[in-house]
Amino acid sequence: MNIDDDDFTLFALPERFALDAQQLDRRWRELQAEVHPDRFAAQGAAAQRIAMQWSVRVNQAYQRLKDPLKRAAYLCERRGAPIEAERNTAMPREFLLQQMAWREALDEASDGASVQALVNQVAEHEQGLLQRLRALLDEQGDAAAAAAQVRALMFVARFRNDLDDRLESLEQ
Amino acid sequence: MSLLQISEPGQAPDPHQRRIAVGIDLGTTHSLVAAVRHGVPECLPDLQGRVLLPSVVRYLDGQRRQIGYEARAHQAEDAAHTIVSAKRFMGRRLADLKSAAQLPYDFVDQPGMVAVRTRQGLKTAVEVSAEILATLRQRAEDSFDDELFGAVVTVPAYFDDAQRQATKDAAQLAGLEVLRLINEPTAAALAYGLDHGSEGLYAVYDLGGGTFDVSLLRLSKGVFEVVATGGDAALGGDDFDHLLAAWALQQSGRQAVSPQDKGALQMAARRTREALTDHAQATLHCPLDDGDLRVDVSREQLETLTRPLLDRTLTALRKVLRDAKVPRDEMLGVVMVGGATRMPAVRRAVAEFFGEQGTVRVLTDVNPDEVVALGAAIQANALAGNAKDGQMLLLDVIPLSLGIETMGGLVERIVERNTTIPVAKAQEFTTYQDGQTAMAIHVVQGERELVADCRSLARFELRGIPPMAAGVARIRVSFQVDADGLLSVSAVETGSGVQAHVVVKPSYGLGDDQVTQMLREGFAHAHGDMRLRALREAKVDADRLLLATRSALQADGELLSDDDRHAIDALMERLQTLAAGEDHDAINAAAEALAKGTEEFAAARMNRGIRQALAGRSIDDV
Repeated sequence: MNIDDDDFTLFALPERFALDAQQLDRRWRELQAEVHPDRFAAQGAAAQRIAMQWSVRVNQAYQRLKDPLKRAAYLCERRGAPIEAERNTAMPREFLLQQMAWREALDEASDGASVQALVNQVAEHEQGLLQRLRALLDEQGDAAAAAAQVRALMFVARFRNDLDDRLESLEQ
Repeated sequence: MSLLQISEPGQAPDPHQRRIAVGIDLGTTHSLVAAVRHGVPECLPDLQGRVLLPSVVRYLDGQRRQIGYEARAHQAEDAAHTIVSAKRFMGRRLADLKSAAQLPYDFVDQPGMVAVRTRQGLKTAVEVSAEILATLRQRAEDSFDDELFGAVVTVPAYFDDAQRQATKDAAQLAGLEVLRLINEPTAAALAYGLDHGSEGLYAVYDLGGGTFDVSLLRLSKGVFEVVATGGDAALGGDDFDHLLAAWALQQSGRQAVSPQDKGALQMAARRTREALTDHAQATLHCPLDDGDLRVDVSREQLETLTRPLLDRTLTALRKVLRDAKVPRDEMLGVVMVGGATRMPAVRRAVAEFFGEQGTVRVLTDVNPDEVVALGAAIQANALAGNAKDGQMLLLDVIPLSLGIETMGGLVERIVERNTTIPVAKAQEFTTYQDGQTAMAIHVVQGERELVADCRSLARFELRGIPPMAAGVARIRVSFQVDADGLLSVSAVETGSGVQAHVVVKPSYGLGDDQVTQMLREGFAHAHGDMRLRALREAKVDADRLLLATRSALQADGELLSDDDRHAIDALMERLQTLAAGEDHDAINAAAEALAKGTEEFAAARMNRGIRQALAGRSIDDV
């Protein structure tokens, strides 16, 4: 086990998109229990520095594996199809129309209930996209198509954030 | 001592050496110190048997100071020179203080932090807090009749980087070795979690004198994982008192103008609010310059008056639940912390809030004033290496997002709030103009899009970028947040390797020299012969270091080349010789040389130890 092992090796998980979230969480706690600086609090500066590096590395891998989009992007990159969202802005026409329809619906939504309805609708759509992403990565091994799918999901994630912001402002 | 000892995780390398470590709750209204004795955390009392120390410092003529109850007794008559609730000014500028006009102080705005003009000159919250911390440190040293190894000091979870730094500086000023800053709700959960041996998801609702925090934690096999945290750094019991005081004035058509009147009224309001916890009716009674003020208040009136404040806490609670993205039916309980949670309306509102979510227990059985200090003591004990099995571990998060300013005054977030610490993140930026050779980096903290709405933490410049066309340079900005939640930032132009680095530190007028000076003058070494004490400490440290080095060489000596081994042997011999003498500076210098000389060896052992531990884990999993 090395600090520069890839995320999946570090977490002793198979290198694929589908993932057992509970196993990931458990493994994260186990790893931190071994490497966290607090474990070496009474052992001087050198120990602290190294423990900090390990702990940061474990947290970095955990953050990346936990988030489906980041995990997918990481897999795409490892398979030679980096996301490079800023250079690949072209999206299918239906996708853009869908986005516009959602944006309009959000502009028109005036109360919590209608925003919540939109949240549910978007979440359902997102689940579908994630299922397809899993198939592309774990079954068809099509990293390039998966990367395009990740880019689309990044738009959806951004819209979901806007929905959360709106919900929050409606509550205050 | 900076040599590493590999031992069973959590066990003291030297089992005969028990280190005294305390937990300190530096509160807005009260402060406490606690320690684990015989395996049980307990708050340490003063000579009169009181565990609470009012967080009040009065500056008298000359160098005289009163701290705690004595200071509080004179609060009304000498309000302008008696600093209460200094925590609210920690790391704050004058513009940040919403209720400054209601307070009896002569505030002076300074870069970094506001100060109060007193008989003894300008005093910042750091200096006031250091007085309180030094008093608690003395209390702890007296109860153990020994020196402290270190302390865990608690801060509100919602404290930003400037407020955390200020707290750490205050502890340093008080001569305390800070083992860790931990968040108050997390500390409270520690105290509860170990008592109850619980597993699962808990909320902590912490309404103190001046701050409101809410945290969500998952407890699992001794690991306390903070899932999300939030709150309001400027909302507490004091605000309830302010509202009540203002209302009483309005009811009676009176005014409180002088510092004495303002101070007296604030205290009367607190007494009245506390009385209304057990009684349905109370009288706010307060002597003012133009005669006594008497206003009858019912609990119902207080509750109506302060309902908006309570609603603000519920809004924060809702937000944290949303941030955490955990199923609500997973919630097992909510821990109530802080004296202000004694108010019946607060307990009722929280119970109702969670009542809607299912069956959640409202936990109030540990004294809400003491629970934070007790939890801090548990963590201090573990960090000092005294805990038996070392199975306890805290995984905390940063409460507020960190980012830098980009074009147009917008914030680019680099570390999102509720990210587990320690964490390091980097992002690349580029130049805006052709031939640009410098870049200003402005570090901010907060959730808003505009820099103007966030807290400015630091500014620094990366200079000497080779001239290139706009957009060609690659400037990598790295953020690192350590386990205390404190930030350091560095920037490097990756093509040329030009670097700049800054440890984010607020500048409130105290240079390192001044801190050293103040340490010398009073706080730290008020008692005992400094020279003898320093010599004794140096000898103990030297012995410990030699012992640790010998056992490390015995265990893993084969990691070293012959040359390295000889170098270390020579350093050890030198330290051994000097440690028999009387020159503590020479002993310390030799110890430092040995520590430095073994640093690489320590790193190699550490890496091997961790790799082996993790490999063992993987096999277990199979």
